[in-house]
Amino acid sequence: MLEISNLVKRYGHDEAVLKGLDLTVEGNSVVAIVGASGAGKSTMLRCINRLVEPTSGSIKLNGNELVKLRGAALRRARRKIGMVFQGFNLIDRLTVMENVLAGRLGYVSLYQAISRRYPQADIERAFHLMERVGIAHYANKRADELSGGERQRVGVVRALMQEPEVLLADEPTASLDPRTSEQIMILLQSLASELELPVLINIHNVAQAKTYTERIVGLRHGKMIFDGAPADFNKEALDAIYGGIEAPDDEITEAPTRVGEGVSHDQA
Amino acid sequence: MVDHAGELADRVWQRYDRRERLIRYAVLLVTLMVVYWAVRDIDIFWPWVWDAPNQISSLGARMWPPDPSGLAAILNAMVETVHIATLATLLTIFVALPVSYIAAQNTTPNRFCLWLGRFILVSSRSVNTIIWALLFVAIFGPGVLAGILAIMFRSIGFIGKLMGEAIEEIDRRPVEAMEATGASKAKVIAYAIVPQVMPAFFAIVILRWDINIRESTVLGLVGAGGIGVILQGSIDTFAWPTVATILIAIVVLVLIGEAITSLLRGKVL
Amino acid sequence: MTRPDAGAVTPSRTWRKPPFIANPWLRYGLWLVVVVYLIWALGTLPFNWERISEGLPRAARIFGGGFPPSFERGGLLLTGFKESFQIAILATLLGVALSIPFAVMAARNVAPLPVYLFGRAVIIVSRSFHPVIVAILFVAAVGFGPLAGILTLTLYSIGFVGKLLAEEIEEIDWGQVEAMRATGAGYMATLFYAVFPQILPRQVGLSMYQLDSNLRASAVVGIVGAGGIGGTLMNAFGRYDYDFAFAILLTIIAVILVSEGISGWVRKKIW
Repeated sequence: MLEISNLVKRYGHDEAVLKGLDLTVEGNSVVAIVGASGAGKSTMLRCINRLVEPTSGSIKLNGNELVKLRGAALRRARRKIGMVFQGFNLIDRLTVMENVLAGRLGYVSLYQAISRRYPQADIERAFHLMERVGIAHYANKRADELSGGERQRVGVVRALMQEPEVLLADEPTASLDPRTSEQIMILLQSLASELELPVLINIHNVAQAKTYTERIVGLRHGKMIFDGAPADFNKEALDAIYGGIEAPDDEITEAPTRVGEGVSHDQA
Repeated sequence: MVDHAGELADRVWQRYDRRERLIRYAVLLVTLMVVYWAVRDIDIFWPWVWDAPNQISSLGARMWPPDPSGLAAILNAMVETVHIATLATLLTIFVALPVSYIAAQNTTPNRFCLWLGRFILVSSRSVNTIIWALLFVAIFGPGVLAGILAIMFRSIGFIGKLMGEAIEEIDRRPVEAMEATGASKAKVIAYAIVPQVMPAFFAIVILRWDINIRESTVLGLVGAGGIGVILQGSIDTFAWPTVATILIAIVVLVLIGEAITSLLRGKVL
Repeated sequence: MTRPDAGAVTPSRTWRKPPFIANPWLRYGLWLVVVVYLIWALGTLPFNWERISEGLPRAARIFGGGFPPSFERGGLLLTGFKESFQIAILATLLGVALSIPFAVMAARNVAPLPVYLFGRAVIIVSRSFHPVIVAILFVAAVGFGPLAGILTLTLYSIGFVGKLLAEEIEEIDWGQVEAMRATGAGYMATLFYAVFPQILPRQVGLSMYQLDSNLRASAVVGIVGAGGIGGTLMNAFGRYDYDFAFAILLTIIAVILVSEGISGWVRKKIW
C-alpha cells in the first residue's frame, strides 16, 4: 500500500510544483496520473523513489516512511520501487541481459556487479521475465540494437527484476509509436495483476488511460482535481485538467477514436 | 591576400563595414608594431643570420652519409624509448582516471575535490614534459625512472582533462535509472558511467601513447633515458654521421607509432 | 512467495557475459602478450635503484630550497621571457607565412606528384622531430641564441600549420577553381583567387593557435641553448638555485594559462 499525504515540492524559491498532494494506492490497482505538461506528474513520481527530494509531506510504502531515509536505508527502500522511464534509460553499450540484471544492483555485492557473476536465481528470473515479455532471444544483443518497443520491454523487465512492491512508470509510452505504446500499456496492465503489484502510470494520452487503468488521478498546477474510475472521467473532468492550457488538441480529442481502432485490432 | 579577403567580407557584411575595417587596421597596426619591436630588440647578431643557410647546409654535408656502425646500440635505445612511453602511458591511466572523476562537474564528490582535480590537471598540463624531466632527473638522478615519471606527470593532465570532459558529456538518464534500482554509488559508476566513456577512453589513451613516443625521444637530452642520451652523446662528440642515423631511426619510429595508432583506432572503435 | 512468476517451473539456465573478444585464443593470447611485455620492459630497463633510493631526501632538499620561490632576480626573469615572446612571435610569423607554399605543395589536388611528394616529406619530417631535437641541431649549426630558437619553431609551425592547411586545400570547393580556369587564369591567379580565399579564415585561427603553442615550445627549446626563458631555467637548475627555478616555473605556468585563455578567446571570436 502506498500512502502519500500532504506532499509538497518546491524548487528553490519558485512557486511550488506540488501543493499538498494526498494519494493512496492499494492492492494491485493500475492508476493513471494525467495532467498537462508541468502539472507535477513527473515530480510526484520521482518524489516516491526520492530521485527528487520532497520539500515536505509523507510517503509511506507498506507502512515504511520514505521521506526521511538516507544512504543505505534509502537504497534498500528504492530496491522495492521499480521505475520505468519515458526515454527507457537503458545503458546502450551493454547487452540486454546486463541491462536486465542491473535491476538486481541493489541486492548483489559490488564484486558480483562488476564481474557480472549474478546468483543463479537472478539469472533464471531474468530469463523468465524476458520470455514473459518476448525479448529472451535478445539476451546477448546490445541494448541500442533494439527497437523502441523492445527497449521499453527491457526497461519494464529491469524494473520487475527488483521484485518491486510498487511500479512507477513515467510516460512509458510517450517515446513510442501508437501501436507499440498500446502493447506496452497492455503489458503493464497484465503484469500488475499477475504480480499483484500496484502500478502508477504518468500518462499524456487520456484515451489510453481510460482503456487500460482502473483509476484516474488528474493533476493541475500541483493539486489533485480528479480522482475516480475511468467511466467517470468525462468531458468536464478533461476540461478541468487541460482547459485553458495549451495542450495539443489531437492528443485529447482525436486520440480516443484512433485508440479505439487499435484496441479492436488487437482483439480481432 | 588579406586585403582581398577583407574586401570580400566587407561586401558581404555591409552593416559592419566601418567598424570591421577599423578593427582590421588596428589589429594589423598592432601586429606590425610588435613585429618591428621584436626584430629590433631581439638579441641576434645579424651577420650570422645571413650566414645561417651556409652553416646549415655544411652541417647537413657533414652528416652525409649516415653511419650505420652504431645501429645495434641505437636500436636498443629505441626499444628503451618505446618502453618509457608505453609504461608511462599505462601507469598514467591509474592516476588520471580518479583525477578525471573528481574533476568532472557531474561526478565530483564536493567542491573541494573539484578544485583539487582541476588544479592537478592544470599544473600537469602547463609544465612541459622536458621540464618535468629536468625536475625528476634532479630528484632521482639520470635514468629511465625520471623519464617515465616525466611522461606520466605530463600525460595525467592530458588524459585527465579529456576524460573529465567525456564524463561531463555522458547521458544522465542511465545514471538516474541505476539510482532508482537502489544501486550504490560505485555500482552506478560501473554500470552507467564506465560503459559510456569506454570508447572515449581508448581513443584518448591511444592518442596520448602516440604523442608520448615523440616526447620520449627528447627525454635523454636532459638525462632521462631513451634515444636522446645517445643523440646528445653523438652531438657532443661531433659524430654527425651517427646523428644522421639516429634522426632517421626517430622518423621511422614515429611513423611506425602512427601506423600502430591508426590500426588500433580502427580495431577498437 | 505465491507469485505466479516465481512458481513457474523453468529449466535452470546459466548466463555469462559474452567476452569482449570472442576468440578465446586471441583473448588469452593478448593477456599473455601484455604480461610478457611488462616482464620484458621492466626487466630490461636499467633502473639505478641505489640512486633512486636517494630520491626522497633529495626531493625534500629541492622543494625545501625551492620554497618560497624567489623573484629577487626579476630582471633576469623578464629578459628571458621577453626573448621567449620575441622568438614565438617571429617564428609564428615566418612559420605561418612559409606554411602556405608548403601546404600548396603538399595538397594532392593542386600540386603535381613530384612536388606533392616533396611537400609531404618536408611536413612529415618536421612533424616527426620534437622541437627540442630540431633545436639542438640548429644550435649546433648556427650557434647558441634566439636565432636557433626562431629557426626551430618556424620549422615546427610549418609542419603543424602546413599539414592542416594542406588537408584544408584538399577539401576546397573545386567549382571555384574550375570557374577561374574557365576564364583563362594562370596557375598563380587560380591559387590567389580560387584557393586562398577559401582557406584564409582557417589560417587566421590556426595562426593564433600556433602562436600559443610556439610560446609554450619557446620555453623548452632554451633548455638546449636556443634562447629564451628555458635557458634561464636550465641555468637556475644547474646552479642548484631552486628558489629562482621555482619562480621561473610558476611564471611559465601563469604565462601559459593567460596565453591559452587569450588564444582561445580570439579563436572563438573569429570562428
